[in-house]
Amino acid sequence: MDARRPPRAVIDPKVRTVGFFTPPDPIQFDSNSLSPVMIPPPCHSSENLDLHSPPSVTPPSGDESVSVTGSYNGSSSELFPAPMSPALSQKIVAGDGGVGGGIVASSFPRGGGVPVCKLTTVSVVNTDSFAFDERDKPNKGGGSSMEVKDQAMNSKQKNEKSSKAERRALQEAQRAAKAEGNKATGTVTSGNLKSAKATKPPQKVDNTSVAASEKKGVDRPSEKDRKKDVPHPRMQYDDKSRVEKAKRRAVVNHTESRNRVELFRHLPQYEHGSQLPDLEAKFFQLEPVHPSVYKVGLQYLSGDISGGNARCIAMLQAFQDAIKDYTVPPEKTLVRDLTAKISSYVSFLIECRPLSISMGNAIRFLKSQIAKLPLTLSESESKTSLQSDIERFIYEKIILADKVIVEHAVTKIRDGDVLLTYGSSSAVEMILLRAHELGKQFQVVVVDSRPSLKGKLLLRRLVEKGLTCTYTHINAVSFIMHEVTRVFLGASSVLSNGTVYSGVGTASVAMVAHAFHVPVIVCCEAFKFHERVQLDSICSNELGDPDVISKVSGRGDVNHLDAWANAENLQLLNLIYDATPSDYVSIIVTDYGMIPPTSVPVVVREYSREQVWI
Amino acid sequence: METEAPSMENPKISAYYQTRLAHFGVVSTEWLAQAQSATNPNPPLPSSSTNSHTDKDTNFSVIDEFNRWRNHPDLAEAVAAIRALAAVISASKASTMMQLEIELKNASDTLKAWDTTSISLTAASDLFMRYVTRTSALEFEDFNSAKARLIERADKFGEISYKARKIIGMLSQDFIFDGCTILVHGFSRVVFEVLKLAAHNKKRFRVFCTEGRPDRTGLRLSNDLAKLDVPVKLVIDSAVAYTMDEVDMVLVGADGVVESGGIINMMGTYQIALVAKSMNKPVYVAAESYKFARHYPLDQKDLAPALRPVDFGVPIPSKVEVECSARDYTPPQYLTLLFTDLGVLTPSVVSDELIQLYL
Repeated sequence: MDARRPPRAVIDPKVRTVGFFTPPDPIQFDSNSLSPVMIPPPCHSSENLDLHSPPSVTPPSGDESVSVTGSYNGSSSELFPAPMSPALSQKIVAGDGGVGGGIVASSFPRGGGVPVCKLTTVSVVNTDSFAFDERDKPNKGGGSSMEVKDQAMNSKQKNEKSSKAERRALQEAQRAAKAEGNKATGTVTSGNLKSAKATKPPQKVDNTSVAASEKKGVDRPSEKDRKKDVPHPRMQYDDKSRVEKAKRRAVVNHTESRNRVELFRHLPQYEHGSQLPDLEAKFFQLEPVHPSVYKVGLQYLSGDISGGNARCIAMLQAFQDAIKDYTVPPEKTLVRDLTAKISSYVSFLIECRPLSISMGNAIRFLKSQIAKLPLTLSESESKTSLQSDIERFIYEKIILADKVIVEHAVTKIRDGDVLLTYGSSSAVEMILLRAHELGKQFQVVVVDSRPSLKGKLLLRRLVEKGLTCTYTHINAVSFIMHEVTRVFLGASSVLSNGTVYSGVGTASVAMVAHAFHVPVIVCCEAFKFHERVQLDSICSNELGDPDVISKVSGRGDVNHLDAWANAENLQLLNLIYDATPSDYVSIIVTDYGMIPPTSVPVVVREYSREQVWI
Repeated sequence: METEAPSMENPKISAYYQTRLAHFGVVSTEWLAQAQSATNPNPPLPSSSTNSHTDKDTNFSVIDEFNRWRNHPDLAEAVAAIRALAAVISASKASTMMQLEIELKNASDTLKAWDTTSISLTAASDLFMRYVTRTSALEFEDFNSAKARLIERADKFGEISYKARKIIGMLSQDFIFDGCTILVHGFSRVVFEVLKLAAHNKKRFRVFCTEGRPDRTGLRLSNDLAKLDVPVKLVIDSAVAYTMDEVDMVLVGADGVVESGGIINMMGTYQIALVAKSMNKPVYVAAESYKFARHYPLDQKDLAPALRPVDFGVPIPSKVEVECSARDYTPPQYLTLLFTDLGVLTPSVVSDELIQLYL
């Protein structure tokens, strides 16, 4: 990767120029040069929105979902006085519930050939609330269901436009001064789209498609075309403007770390440990985020819960609690509101720690279950049904699946084997303990690596049960590999091309095993499979705290890197995941049986079909 | 038949190889010894005896049926098993579907127990069970029509399996071009069918046969090919690498095709595949689809052992060990294509088919 790219605003694919077709005039504003395609000044609606957007930033993320529809309904109608071209522009208020604050969005066609405004999906939560309180308050809570009611808008337009006209003029002036905040970003949900989760693309596409439908038909084709050109919607963190937007919306205030690694600028990297006390203090103030979800988020942030299955189960159980305590606000449908609420929780969790792929799959399952609720069910029945669905998911896809995996995998362990494992995988641990229970005679080599040193806990648990273990560091893996007969690895996820996405270091161990012709057995539940394809470990990953690299626990004398942040040309990189190519994997043991890596897309296909039947 | 009976007294010797020995009477010292011991009246096969006892009341023994089918040397063992199981359904006196399925399962288990080392037998029985019972018609119709449907499916499966060889023969013709040299290992009837058809189609090719010790399959194959006027050259097993330069392709059959896409075949196949791969020669496997088994060996030792006593012609001192495993596992990365009755497939498709059938 080359040096920091210039701000991408001009070529930003998320920028949507909506409206009547003249390309935006780049020199509209004097203030912000970051994005020439800014909303041009005469856009009254944007002023209107803009004025209210600062207040919308402050409330925590959960609020937006509440007032989105309100603002949507309210704003667009007023914003077009008669002199404006009668063709309506609608303010697209999208924003899938979770993201706070709001960025602007306005797109309206202009009568006078004024440069077109860009459409951005906005969750301008409270902005219009005080403009149209009488109407909006009851409308709060629509969440991501931004249906535009065109007729409603039209009628409202006539009602209050006089009062809006003067306000609009005022806002226009202020708008000019506030150029910075009005960057059109493709989606306000960019904050959610960090580590590609399966939920996110459908969510975002939902937003944009709703946005598209909300706009008048005029804009629809261009919107859809642009959607096709839009790359996979993961937020790229080297786009400064979007990062700022995301930060404004965020509940958890991360500070970006200094000395970020150039190659990984597209991933978020924050100072660790600074937010925890802050968030703990806010525990009782954040109503929009359910306390269980908040607790789980804090546990992620502090690293108390780690490991794919543990995180997934904790999250699902928190959602179960949240659903139990949930009540549908009046005038809202359960399906949409609950989906929005779940989305807001998810974005909160992402801020604490980016989701793993398996968590994304679980969330997608939950949302599809919510969407499939028959409308005839009462609220309490729906809630119980959802809770039992979650219960069943946890039981069938994780707990039972682990049992099946263990039964299959122990057949691959023979007496006299030397088994090697890396890091700490729950599935592998269960296999080893079960094989030991069955009386097989084997030895275990636990390979570990800094900075997390997770293997130590695994080692402790194995030794307690009486297994013969050897413990070594990853530097020595090629040294001991000639003695090893089998390698057992866990996985955070397995992708469609057979690539195993797992903790950093797994790829190295697998490669060395392959070089020594030792079979590599990957144990992974089927719900962790994903249809994504990843060719390297760079384009999507997670960055951990770089400070732990510079410190060695128990060795205070190793302090050469204490002032690493001050060195201009020194960057510390702490990757969390890596991708193991399918050539190094001999067999994948799942709850569907033992399959070769080439059959993962088959299972993904069958598995997603099965989910439809559930 | 009598020569098979002594095999059960020494269960370590694979019955499969005993059968082939019986069918293709190449006289060996063991065969002679067995023929001599065969003069004693032998107890019937233990498994079949218990089976026939329990089946006495039904007057039907699946093993008898199986053996009756198996006598035909051209019929694959697995096809015989399929036919026998189909006969079980027809002859069954069950009155409910559950009972029928239980009977079928028992029969299938008996057959599998007859030769635990035969992969194709196990695979064919399992696939038969899945194929036959995987019809939704079972839920709705009354018992007799459901049973008729089962019989229909069973017969169809039997037909497919029986015709599998012909289909494979036809599919492989495109891969044999004029002037090519084919290296063949082991006497697979499927491979022979392929070569026979090619000769019949007037293709000009020549065949290198490995000697195939200790079964001496090469001798048999070269005999049969010579009768078809195909130029044959016998090479000893050690000379495979030496002759690999002149070879255009390697064609082998398979005892079983495993889930990874690899094959289990006569001892020596892995070696030849390794040499072929290092010299960039394609390795083609001709195997019927009922040989797809749900095993997944990770290395050579992961297979269920099938032993085959080796006759060196001279007595060996007792403290010298002899490696008498009869087959090996060839991993999928050394195979180029599989010719099956489902079409010409890559090794990764095996798992695809199995997942679709079993899930």
